[in-house]
Amino acid sequence: MGAPVPWWRHRRLLPWLVQGVAGLGLLVLTAAVVTNLVRNLSHAGMLLSWRWLGTPAGFDLGESLIPFDASKPYWLALVSGLLNTLRVVAAGLVGSTLVGTAVGVASFSSNILLQRLARLYVALIRNSPLLMQLLFWYFIVFLSLPADQAAIQLPGLVLCRSGLYLIQPHLHLGQWQAHLQLSIEFMALFTGLVIYSGAFIAEVVRGGIASVPQGQWEAARALGLKPPQILRTIVLPQALRVIVPGLNNQYISLAKNSSLALACGYSDLYSVAETSLNQTGRAVEVVLLVLGSYLLIDLLISALMNGLNAFVQIKER
Amino acid sequence: MGSCCGGIDLRFLRTTLTLGSAVLATLALGACAPSDSTGFSPRLSAVRSRGVLLCGVNGKLPGFSFVDASGTYRGLDVDICRAVAAATLGNPERVDYRELNPAERFAALASGEVDLLSRNTSYSLSREARGGNNLSFAPVVFYDGQGMLVPQGSGIQQLRDLQGKTICVISGTTSELNLANSLRQKGITYTPLKYQTADQAFASYLQGRCAAISSDRSGLAAKRSSFPDPAAHRVLPALMSKEPLAPASSKADPAWADVLRWTIYALFQAEELGISRSTLDARLAEARADPNQADLRRFLGVEGDFGRQLGLAPDFVVQVIRATGHYGEIFARNVGMGSPIRLERGLNQPWSQGGLLVSPPFR
Repeated sequence: MGAPVPWWRHRRLLPWLVQGVAGLGLLVLTAAVVTNLVRNLSHAGMLLSWRWLGTPAGFDLGESLIPFDASKPYWLALVSGLLNTLRVVAAGLVGSTLVGTAVGVASFSSNILLQRLARLYVALIRNSPLLMQLLFWYFIVFLSLPADQAAIQLPGLVLCRSGLYLIQPHLHLGQWQAHLQLSIEFMALFTGLVIYSGAFIAEVVRGGIASVPQGQWEAARALGLKPPQILRTIVLPQALRVIVPGLNNQYISLAKNSSLALACGYSDLYSVAETSLNQTGRAVEVVLLVLGSYLLIDLLISALMNGLNAFVQIKER
Repeated sequence: MGSCCGGIDLRFLRTTLTLGSAVLATLALGACAPSDSTGFSPRLSAVRSRGVLLCGVNGKLPGFSFVDASGTYRGLDVDICRAVAAATLGNPERVDYRELNPAERFAALASGEVDLLSRNTSYSLSREARGGNNLSFAPVVFYDGQGMLVPQGSGIQQLRDLQGKTICVISGTTSELNLANSLRQKGITYTPLKYQTADQAFASYLQGRCAAISSDRSGLAAKRSSFPDPAAHRVLPALMSKEPLAPASSKADPAWADVLRWTIYALFQAEELGISRSTLDARLAEARADPNQADLRRFLGVEGDFGRQLGLAPDFVVQVIRATGHYGEIFARNVGMGSPIRLERGLNQPWSQGGLLVSPPFR
């Protein structure tokens, strides 16, 4: 019926055309940025090179999960820093989840003192910068611990200015040693991250619980369930559907916030990378490596959380 | 490319139109700047047209660069900035100080954020080489060495006593590398504790987290002067490295590096010739009156065109000495025995008195 549709109004061609042009534009832009970068870098005599990774680092690390000394190459130093980062992130995720859940649930407590304390904690922690809190934990709390000779000793646990010693602590040449040693730099960073992220997670948990309709509580009470039972079997499973996506965000920022470790002397990935950058002058390469590592950690956390999300959502009927 | 510069032009135009006085200033600068700096150094032209020198400093090291009670920057490194401002702009006050930490300093220079770095930076191969940090170093303005600061009553007398102890150090500095090197050579195991800033490292040391702190000896002495009880800490006699501290600039502009180099040589040469701030006018009059004083006349720009060869004013040496005095005066004022830092001149004396400071001839 009538004239054929002209090509620029073709329903199937047009979207392809628009996407093609947009894609081409993006490609040209990327190419321009990359060639510009390469040209300027080569002009400045700084073309990308990765040979430095194999040369000896020449610096020592405060703590390392793998054997490391100054004669080992840069890549091993960076791996060691990455492992230190992963250690504090993993511990922080667990710790902040526990703290956050406890505080989030406490804000629904019928005990007024507990409820008010939970709200005060969130208000206080959420509204001050993390860097300040880390400096507070490190310089004011942990560095004020007694020295090795006057350590706080509990059964199976010793706490002093050089660190926390767990599992069979004993004195060796005037210094504490144990099977599990955590430096106070680790402890300060861990505490700071847990307390800080815990406040945000508490709000996510509170929001999740608040999203469960009041009727669910009332129905459960009518069936004669006790408050802890209601929480465990009725409210939390439903609240999880709201909580998990919000948690993902908090976990990711916890991983990124761990790079503030340098403020309290912990040898994390960023700290090692900064030393490497200074000694090799390979700024672009080092920054690319660090960016890539944090991206990977965050993508990994996201993937796990998406899996968990699918798991809790599947029970929806 | 074209679009980027067009944008800047437009903004520039708008600013000049709004500020009538700025138009006059720009015209005045435009009239004189290109003629004597074209073909010289792009950085020098940039400093001239900006009218202010951007100097990267430490900002937290008494004696070298720090803000005093009246809110002005002082110190040996700061005086180098002032000398360069006097040489290039004829006014030592026209300096904008940028405080940089060890990690930022080279990137700030490479990106052109500062014109020069005058920030207790050690001159070394990897920092100068093209495959390394690719910097251009000016003459050494302070010969230093790495040392170790320990509490007086700790019983630590030599490096060997540090076996198994924790040592604080500032991350990203050569001291981190030297510490590892010199202790490894002696077979001493230790735990390094790294902080991003000197303030954090010293705060941690004062709180007793580490048995010792390692840095340049001048820096240790300077920081110690600001401790609550300086006498309770001592610098160990052991010298762990040589640290020649020198200002640096970007390698992209060799003519600008020449300006820095000869400004500093002028400070050395002035001390050698005994031209201080107080005797400058007398020596200048002497040079003007006596045509036989050829060396002095050339040095002070009474004859010859040394200033112009560098792209500077003919009398740039006079401007520099008037601003800061010669090197000996700078040293005495900031870190010498009369200052709170109380450092001996040691190697930092003119070559004629057994030190390492020497200027090639001004000819």
